[in-house]
Amino acid sequence: MRVSVQTAVFDLGTESNAFAASVPTAGAIVTFTGVVRDNAGTLSAMEIEHYPGMTEKAIAAMIEQAITRWTLTDALVIHRYGRLAAGEPIMMVATAAPHRGDAFAAAEFLMDYLKSRAPFWKKEIGADGAAWVAALSSDEAALTRW
Amino acid sequence: MIDVLYFAWVRERIGLPRERLDTAARTVRDLIAELTAREDRYALAFADLTSLRVALDQELSNFDAPLQGIREVAFFPPMTGG
Repeated sequence: MRVSVQTAVFDLGTESNAFAASVPTAGAIVTFTGVVRDNAGTLSAMEIEHYPGMTEKAIAAMIEQAITRWTLTDALVIHRYGRLAAGEPIMMVATAAPHRGDAFAAAEFLMDYLKSRAPFWKKEIGADGAAWVAALSSDEAALTRW
Repeated sequence: MIDVLYFAWVRERIGLPRERLDTAARTVRDLIAELTAREDRYALAFADLTSLRVALDQELSNFDAPLQGIREVAFFPPMTGG
């Protein structure tokens, strides 16, 4: 298991290849990457704040839960904080398992939990000012399926 | 003594990221009442508890949880990770 909470940009290809190389016996690898979206075309930057200490613990606990729930070879979560520009990667999840069903399900589970249970807060900074991104009730509701 | 941390708009409304408090509050709700009575900026931050979350010693908790033995309390809005 690897959890990295970092300001530095990461390269999806490099991280995916390194993860794949670390799990030579896995039959399936799923990766997901979240990217800073500029819906209205007015976003100057996104600022992400987090709770150092709790963030790493919360993510590690999510991965532990995924490992007990599905047959996983390994899992990786990278999540950035600080100031990010539109189009930059925010975070990635990678899961490795003997079979794809477990890898897909665990990746979705981790994504749903990261959305509403990892202590990150996003602020969108635009030409007209800045606003905190509100949590969506649909994101909270997504947890009930697990 | 207890460390109280604020994140996102809670931090902005209160005007500081953390403070160390000497409190007799028995629960999170008592602590909120104590802070709210202190100054308007706290009252503003804690006006709507449905839009707030609390963590005790870095674990998500609830407003009725006891504070005995707790070293760190954090208040923040619902999380928006991912």
